[in-house]
Amino acid sequence: MSEQVIFTFDVDGDDFTSAGQASSQVKRNLRQLGIAPDIIKRVSIAMYEGEINMVIHAGGGTANVAVTEEYIEIVLSDQGPGIKDITQAMQEGFSTAPDDVRSLGFGAGMGLPNMKRYTDYMDIQSQVDVGTTITMRVNLPS
Amino acid sequence: MKISTMKELLDAEVACCEENLDRHVYSACGSDMMSDVLAFVKDQAVLLTGLVNSQVIRTAEMMDMVCIVLVRSKLPTPEMIELAQESGIVILTTKTRMYDACGILYSNGLVGNKVKE
Repeated sequence: MSEQVIFTFDVDGDDFTSAGQASSQVKRNLRQLGIAPDIIKRVSIAMYEGEINMVIHAGGGTANVAVTEEYIEIVLSDQGPGIKDITQAMQEGFSTAPDDVRSLGFGAGMGLPNMKRYTDYMDIQSQVDVGTTITMRVNLPS
Repeated sequence: MKISTMKELLDAEVACCEENLDRHVYSACGSDMMSDVLAFVKDQAVLLTGLVNSQVIRTAEMMDMVCIVLVRSKLPTPEMIELAQESGIVILTTKTRMYDACGILYSNGLVGNKVKE
């Protein structure tokens, strides 16, 4: 693979039922590219958690996935409320999700920690009332 | 453990992907919180849950799970069945409650993943 492959998705913030569609599509695309199953699993779980976060907290956003020779990079951008305290948000169990989200099986405060757990690099840029951009990378074996 | 064995042990019905009942599961997870499920990767696992929405199937799909058991007489929605069929994930439904369902499978040799620090 000599060139970078990029996938771009709009994540619909109004429909919880369809959340995960982008991650599912990325999983299929990576499989077609012949990426190893354990790498695909890490990428798709991290992206799925991010996608759910964008739907729950930010009214949707965009997801860009780039496959390079060295790594797979996921960039999730939204124009939601932003994260006030990133250190606090990274703690397992901390959540600002409303109760109705918990009844749907999310909002346990595991989303961001899971994204970090499954990726080799994660950066969060966030500004209150402006939005959040999260960049994650999963390294490919050389 | 074969999925067909789980079906017998839990006196379960098959809601989808009956053709995959011969597949094996090697570990299990019982939870209604999907992020807790996503926190621990397991190989060829089964998810036991009382939660009914399409994100249950998405979660199983991301984790490469092969089977979902809906406990407490919960039934899958048409969207869940459609999504599960796309990935070949078997959905079993049982009247058994979560605690009992987990106990039955565990005592028959299907243990969970040990917590790794």
